[in-house]
Amino acid sequence: MTTFIQTLIDGLSLGSIYALIALGYTMVYGIAKMLNFAHGDVIMVGAYAVIASVSMASLPPVVGLILSVVICAALGILIEFLAYKPLRKSPSLAVLITAIGVSYLLQNLALLIFGSEQLSFPQVINLPDFAFAGVQIKGVTLATLVITAVIMIALTLFIKTTKLGKAMRASSEDKDAAELMGISVNRTISITFAIGSALAAIAGIFYGASYVYIKPTTGAMPGIKAFTAAVFGGIGSIPGAMLGGIILGIIEKFSQAYISTLWADAIVFGVLVLMLVIKPTGLLGKDIKEKV
Amino acid sequence: MENNNSSKLVPYPSNALVTERDLHKPPVLEVNHLGIDFGGLTAVDDFSIIIGRTEIAGLIGPNGAGKTTVFNLLTNVYKPTRGNILLNGYSTSGKTTAQVNRMGIARTFQNIRLFSKMSVIDNVKVGMHMSVKENFLSSLSHGFGYSKAEKIANERALELLDFFSMADLAKAQAGSLPYGAQRRLEIIRALATNPSIVLLDEPAAGMNPSETAELMENIRRIRDTFNIAIMLIEHDMSLVMGICEGICVLNYGKIIAKGSPDEIKKNPTVIEAYLGKKKEAQD
Repeated sequence: MTTFIQTLIDGLSLGSIYALIALGYTMVYGIAKMLNFAHGDVIMVGAYAVIASVSMASLPPVVGLILSVVICAALGILIEFLAYKPLRKSPSLAVLITAIGVSYLLQNLALLIFGSEQLSFPQVINLPDFAFAGVQIKGVTLATLVITAVIMIALTLFIKTTKLGKAMRASSEDKDAAELMGISVNRTISITFAIGSALAAIAGIFYGASYVYIKPTTGAMPGIKAFTAAVFGGIGSIPGAMLGGIILGIIEKFSQAYISTLWADAIVFGVLVLMLVIKPTGLLGKDIKEKV
Repeated sequence: MENNNSSKLVPYPSNALVTERDLHKPPVLEVNHLGIDFGGLTAVDDFSIIIGRTEIAGLIGPNGAGKTTVFNLLTNVYKPTRGNILLNGYSTSGKTTAQVNRMGIARTFQNIRLFSKMSVIDNVKVGMHMSVKENFLSSLSHGFGYSKAEKIANERALELLDFFSMADLAKAQAGSLPYGAQRRLEIIRALATNPSIVLLDEPAAGMNPSETAELMENIRRIRDTFNIAIMLIEHDMSLVMGICEGICVLNYGKIIAKGSPDEIKKNPTVIEAYLGKKKEAQD
């Protein structure tokens, strides 16, 4: 029983990291109708930003965390402006290849700046561990859970109620009509990239705090898992990304604990394949009707 | 149908026609020699028109004459190859569609293009988007959705909906509304952007005669209440002849006639464009 609860909490924590990343994929897909495969590497940039500012420049941890979020948000805007905006009217394959190119660019830039050896992530989240009925919960794990929950609620309210949120929903439904309503779709897309990348930075911080070591390819695996989560939940759907991330995190941790550590990844991707066979639109995805 | 419009057409400087009522006010829209080529094909050519401050104008013509292209040019969805557009006296050249909307032009679509997954009131509030000042920090500090700006937007949106007796549908999903209500909502959404001219692309399409009569009443009411100009594309001649003060007839991308409904009805070129030449028909 203790193992079960322990695994569940670990799964929830890992799942919320996936959910944070998946939100970036799904928001960008919803509005720009593109898969930003460089999104995973933004996590890595976020983690390195903390290492650079806290470990190397000895700035206080809070400053490091804020810097990391700001840098990633700016990076998201920059990537969109330089790489994707010129391709707004190009075939989606061109955009996809470009995204993969940006991903390699970011990884190799990190390799150039920080070297190939893994660096240890500074202790930025100093919280005591909890022991509850024989279950050990790390402070970081709890912080991840609570902060992610707060972020998700805030994001949902933001999309639902604010002017910018409405502009984002409108642009994702019909760009031309939104533009004719006075919404600058280009600006809305930039903001979406900024928000998605800021969430990726936060995910990077939690990931670093949980897994300690960071290397230039760190972002690839959580990135691809989060993408899986976004598709699993229904790409384009925000609650879908949250749900998909958490479910995938739980599946992964349970597979590791009860089946095999080696098989865990295969099981996660296997679940996606199964999902795509049963319900190709994902858990909460809706059928997209072709416009006539 | 008898044309019972209050104001008759009089010559405007530069020989365009506007209603007497609008003669001494600057025109809302002045279009000079507008044209666009798609590859080698000239879709619209030498399109010049002046729309008075509170005029209801009609743009008619056979299918494929370029009417919707004109609307797309006026809103900068297409960039004109030739000519210029002055909206409230300012050139719209080089502006984005969103900027042109903020300069005072709004439109509806031939096939309804609401944000169908959003609620009715949110559709209207999207239209108000630019006139409501709000920034991220202020919405954070007030709690999402409870800022003063949001409150004002809410009230204004409800007022607009009420004007078309749709306030009770505010929370419904836009895509679930009946056809006629969707058409009305699209007009409300356009009005929410606070335009000086609204372009209506076939507003009566798919409506029955009683719905069309109600629409005509609404169009007049919009003009009288908001004091704005309206330009509409329509195939329903009873609507066009019933409410339009000035009519512009387009054929093969060129204006073939301009004038009051009575003049247009009698114009032989227009009759020919719609029905073909008399002699050819007899052959």
